[in-house]
Amino acid sequence: MSSKKTSLPYAKEFLEKLLYQMLLIRDFEEKASQMYGLRKIGGFLHLYIGQEAVAVGSIASLDLARDYVLTAYRDHGHALVCGTSSRSLMAELYGKATGCSRGKGGSMHFFDAKNHFLGGNGIVGAHIPLAAGVALKIAYNKEGGLVLCFFGDGAIHQGSFHETLNLAKIWRLPVIFICENNQYGMGTDFRRVSSVTDFTLFGNSYGIQGRQVDGMDVLAVYEEFVRTGKHCRENLEPAFIEVKTYRYRGHSASDPAKYRTKEELDEYKKQDPILILKSKMTEAGVAGQDDFERLEARCRIEVDDAMEFAEKSPQPALETLYEDVLV
Amino acid sequence: MALLTFRDALNQALDEEMERDPAIIIIGEEVAQYNGAYKVTKGLLDKYGPSRVIDTPITEEGFTGVGIGAAMAGMRVIVEWMTFNFSIQALDQVLNNAAKMRYMSGGQFTLPIVFRGPNGPAEYLSSQHSQALQSMFAHIPGLKVVAPSTPHDAKGLLKSAIRDDNPVVFLEAELMYNWTGEVPEQQYVVPIGTAAIRQEGTDVTIVSFSKPMKLAMEAAAELAKEDISAEVIDLRSLRPLDETTVFESVRKTNRCVIIDEAWPVASIGTHIGCRVSQECFDFLDAPVEVINSQDVPMPYNHGLELAAQPSVAAIIAAVRRCSYATNG
Repeated sequence: MSSKKTSLPYAKEFLEKLLYQMLLIRDFEEKASQMYGLRKIGGFLHLYIGQEAVAVGSIASLDLARDYVLTAYRDHGHALVCGTSSRSLMAELYGKATGCSRGKGGSMHFFDAKNHFLGGNGIVGAHIPLAAGVALKIAYNKEGGLVLCFFGDGAIHQGSFHETLNLAKIWRLPVIFICENNQYGMGTDFRRVSSVTDFTLFGNSYGIQGRQVDGMDVLAVYEEFVRTGKHCRENLEPAFIEVKTYRYRGHSASDPAKYRTKEELDEYKKQDPILILKSKMTEAGVAGQDDFERLEARCRIEVDDAMEFAEKSPQPALETLYEDVLV
Repeated sequence: MALLTFRDALNQALDEEMERDPAIIIIGEEVAQYNGAYKVTKGLLDKYGPSRVIDTPITEEGFTGVGIGAAMAGMRVIVEWMTFNFSIQALDQVLNNAAKMRYMSGGQFTLPIVFRGPNGPAEYLSSQHSQALQSMFAHIPGLKVVAPSTPHDAKGLLKSAIRDDNPVVFLEAELMYNWTGEVPEQQYVVPIGTAAIRQEGTDVTIVSFSKPMKLAMEAAAELAKEDISAEVIDLRSLRPLDETTVFESVRKTNRCVIIDEAWPVASIGTHIGCRVSQECFDFLDAPVEVINSQDVPMPYNHGLELAAQPSVAAIIAAVRRCSYATNG
């Protein structure tokens, strides 16, 4: 594989990694959605399709040997990008013993401590203080790390968000609070329930630098996080980034999304993050249709393999019901 | 043995453990510069500095969650709630995060964190500041719940709680902080999950924990004058609950009176009453008696607030009822 520089300031391998991760999230979730329809997967299934560039671009800026990621219940993409195997994630959706959380977490509770992915949380806003706690550990031990804390526009009015921003500022914690503003908190347009439409004002209210970035452009996301991450690490400071994004599917698998128009959805699909990256790579002459087809084929193989693994994996033994309540 | 207050015993436990393990931090309102609202953390800021003894703004949900996140990431955390009345602000963090993270991650995390502070009524504080919330916390799998009644146990159990890799809810009481008791000079721990028999007896088993243990002991002394020999059990831990000690005692005395200053519905007291009825049915000579606080919010007026809580007289009356004694 060539690593020559292109008119984009990135190696081909790096661009292909980003594209592959976005393709993988989409394929993985489309398969999961299909299996949900067949009742192989139960409960809630919150799909990330449309928002892939946010997790991919931001986490690409991290060094997960010392950095950490926490998110809410729309967590499939973040876990995949942190390096959790698609096998263990699909198996978790199936509730199998080989799942990342041994079949006890399901879609909303993916965890991968080894890869510093600390969940997955089903209570809106409840993980935001946890992220600051992880950053407190980093600061206390002078580890030089950084925490990315993702949440949606639905979480931003929770007290936990506002309390944590204040704490992170006064304690100088290296955490970036990331509002993935996909514009709908379940079925509620954020403009209907927010006193402000520019969420960076919330960051600014706590003396925290707030920035906005186009969440449909993975390179723009990446560049913003490289810049902001460097600032947070070097100055031991929190930051706030509002990422403008859009989810193509309903809030969860059971939501027909009647609160928005087809025209709106179609408009966003024209700015699809995968299409944008592909066209940038094509225009820069770094990759062409053959490359994309190769990546897409690899992706299909990975997702099919994950599904097959999940299908064949054993159910958790009944005695595991009582395991891991306490140490 | 030194005579120490409950407060100083707790302070010693914190100090000894922080000295032993630099991964331990304390966070809470007024814990550092003010030396603690009830002075339990007195002197710790001077000794361990502001990176380990951390004052917070009044944000129980926020700083409790920060503590839990730090514990998930490998620190050992003590969260002080100024009182358990304010723990309700933080309940989401305790219930949904501390108690769940290990389980729903399939065992990927340990949660070495202690949530401590005064629980239960003091005096003249009315409804919002007089709540005994042990039933709520003891209801939750994934937590341990500890409620000492002596300075000796306060120190030994707090040290165990800090060393525990699980989240531990540690219940103190404002009116207990000045109680004194003997505490060994050398270091020791008291294991979580074992009850203590405070007084051996043959006629009735009195079970309690935390502040009402004082009432139980006073009642036992009064009953001795009537030749009723009470065995008094201090539960010390509410989750896990040392049922064995209770059952063995009831099978010996054939009578059981339980005192719990929480409200009656779904309380530790009613739970133990149910368990004793199930497990000791053939041994019981009378129905189990449970004395809870009255099923009302706490009033301000002193006469009314005392009437709302368990009393020595109520315990004696219950013992007489189940002993079928006629006097009084």
